[in-house]
Amino acid sequence: MTDISQTQPAATHDWTSAAARRRVRRRYAADRRLQFYGIAAIGTAMALLGVLFTTLIYAGYAAFTTTKVELGVFLDPEKIDKGNIRSANFRKMVRDAFLSYFPDVQGRTDKRNLSKILSSGAAYIVRDYAVRNPDKIGELVTISVPVSDPFDQLYKGIIPREIQALSSDRILLYEQLEHRDVLSVQGGVGVVKTTLFVDPAQVPEEGGVEAADYQRMINEGFRSFFLSEPSLSYREILSPNAAEALKKKVVANPELVGKTIEVDLPLSANYDNLLQKGEAKIRNPRFRSDKEFAWFDSLIQRGLISTPFTWELFFNADSRFPELAGLAGALSGSFLALLVCFLLSFPIGIATATYLEEFAPKNRITDLIEVNINNLAAVPSVVFGLLGLALFLNTFGMPRSAPLVGGMVLALMTLPTIIVATRAALKSVPPSIREAALGVGASKHQVMLHHVLPLAMPGILTGTIIGLAQALGETAPLLLIGMNAFIPSVENIGLTQPAMALPTQIFSWADSPERGFVSRTSAAIIVLLGFLVLMNLLAVYLRRRFEKKW
Amino acid sequence: MVKGSLTMDQQVVSPETTTIRSVVENPKITSKDICVFYGDKQALFDVNLDIPRFAVTSLIGPSGCGKSTYLRCINRMNETIPIARVTGEIKIDDQDIYDPDLDVVELRARVGMVFQKPNPFPKSIFENVAYGPRIHGLVKDKTDLEELVATSLERAGLWGEVKDRIHEPGTGLSGGQQQRLCIARAIATKPDIILMDEPCSALDPIATAKVEELMMELCENYTIVIVTHSMAQAQRVSQKTAFFHIGYMVEYGDTKQIFEDPQDKRTQDYIFGRFG
Repeated sequence: MTDISQTQPAATHDWTSAAARRRVRRRYAADRRLQFYGIAAIGTAMALLGVLFTTLIYAGYAAFTTTKVELGVFLDPEKIDKGNIRSANFRKMVRDAFLSYFPDVQGRTDKRNLSKILSSGAAYIVRDYAVRNPDKIGELVTISVPVSDPFDQLYKGIIPREIQALSSDRILLYEQLEHRDVLSVQGGVGVVKTTLFVDPAQVPEEGGVEAADYQRMINEGFRSFFLSEPSLSYREILSPNAAEALKKKVVANPELVGKTIEVDLPLSANYDNLLQKGEAKIRNPRFRSDKEFAWFDSLIQRGLISTPFTWELFFNADSRFPELAGLAGALSGSFLALLVCFLLSFPIGIATATYLEEFAPKNRITDLIEVNINNLAAVPSVVFGLLGLALFLNTFGMPRSAPLVGGMVLALMTLPTIIVATRAALKSVPPSIREAALGVGASKHQVMLHHVLPLAMPGILTGTIIGLAQALGETAPLLLIGMNAFIPSVENIGLTQPAMALPTQIFSWADSPERGFVSRTSAAIIVLLGFLVLMNLLAVYLRRRFEKKW
Repeated sequence: MVKGSLTMDQQVVSPETTTIRSVVENPKITSKDICVFYGDKQALFDVNLDIPRFAVTSLIGPSGCGKSTYLRCINRMNETIPIARVTGEIKIDDQDIYDPDLDVVELRARVGMVFQKPNPFPKSIFENVAYGPRIHGLVKDKTDLEELVATSLERAGLWGEVKDRIHEPGTGLSGGQQQRLCIARAIATKPDIILMDEPCSALDPIATAKVEELMMELCENYTIVIVTHSMAQAQRVSQKTAFFHIGYMVEYGDTKQIFEDPQDKRTQDYIFGRFG
């Protein structure tokens, strides 16, 4: 910048030059880009979360209601021994009560299929009712019992009454024929025009055209349509009557033997339906006859079907039958394990962190310990499970799949989290507070207990609750110590009894083949997530409450 | 350089370290050859100082000269820093405070400290003052404790302003009030000596004036040592002044004499503003 072009006395920065303006524009653009990246990141995270919750709720909401039928059961006092109510034949009572709704139904098979509409657990429900209310014996009581799983799914619209008869690859074969324009309807029957050779070799000396192997001729001829097809599934396309049809034709015209002819062969039922109606459906094979639909519809019409909220999900123990399975065993197992975990990891974690932060001499051993604790926080949880298996179960001989052992393994996992969080909280207490306390004549441990720890409590509690929430959802270590027991009753819950935990329950249900467990698994996941949210809210609340004293 | 004139206290020049210091009769605190090391770095070189009782002694000097370090030796606060090491001897009332058998916690109850930035505990005003007496078991029951708290707050000049809200958080007070609360906290443990490390540097002039007034009242019953950057403050409140320079205690004498007629050249340069 020479003096000639400058009008100002001193060389000041030119804020309005093109270069300056370009810089400003670039700066604004960079700001906007940064904002955009931030919003894009948050938006993506929110979208993914939204997808997660939507799929979960969509898959699981059906499990939160149960289809039940109102059953009027007569508690026959002659059949029930008041001294031993449990031993009575409630299964028969329930069956009789239900069959009485359909007095027209006769025959053993029909009656059996009818009673299969009710859940197998209906008898136990009535039994438990009788045990709880012995004064009702001799009366006609109305109890709501769940229907069995297929009908529960049917009523909720999850499974259909009819399903596609043909799989997609079969439909593909059919479409090949359609493409070649050989399909037509004759006399109400779908037929396919097949070109085949009436092989004289198939016509025997004795019997002649009557006894010829027409099926074989058909197989050979039909195969020409599907030369590239490796399997023989195309044979299903033709009706079993096709051989008869061919036989009729050849017998009527025996001179066709040895010639290549075109013949219309009838299609099998499913393909016939495909041709004439456009779709082939069969009854859902979970139901044995159409009568079952009629009976169920009758119950619906009579207003006996209701869908109350599934409290059983929380209060029942596990079961083979999805309509009866609940989370009571899993919830109590998880609760006990978490309790043990908290009681072990909270004091040990805080004491360790306090010692490392305040009292430990600053030498290499302390550094080594610190590094190792930080690394422990990153160890995969399944390793802790192996440790529990090898040490607690094998060496110490502790009971397998007990919440005590589960809690100990979880405590090992949670300890590093608590220690790291506590150290950070202790570091955040300003040194002026410690100096003030020391200046007044407090000893080191008095400074810790009376001043530093109370101020560090919000951070410590937050870290603890986050660690516990993590422990609640850990599956791998619990699986390895066997906390995956099938707990059918809530009577034997204890620290040293075999137990189930919430994440392992989800794992176990996800493996089950019954359709009803699909929605129940998602419902259990929703319950687990609900608890995690609650625990995090508790952490936020506790933090706020302690922080306001600052 | 020996100056022949005699004042109330005689002047002694010790030849090895060229320190000019006056002899004090019946001193409360005596220091002999105090050296402080932070790791390998030496912060104080052979400080010899006698602090008189029932008077305010101020320690002045440029930043980093070691006056705060010396102050913290008197109540052994340097021990809270792991790399700090103190050699030499300090006696309070002829008792060696670095004696290993001495309980340092009790020492800190007898030697109170007020810090540069007011640091009340995040508890109520009452709790702030009551904490010290409680942990040292100075009072027997609740009424005694309440009386002690009230007395301390009154002596600190704060009672009138807080008596209606004594259970509210101490951190809710203004800066000057907080510092007076810290003074009340320090005197609640019934100390003989109060150490103040630049107590007014974070306060506005009005609060400063109040705290200085307080100091002059308190020195009738306590021995007070203050570190200050403000020479005007030293002149206002203290009877004796010690000038520190890069780890050495250079000159010590009556405040009037130090400020009007400093003997050592370094003192002269500092007092008359040629460096600060």
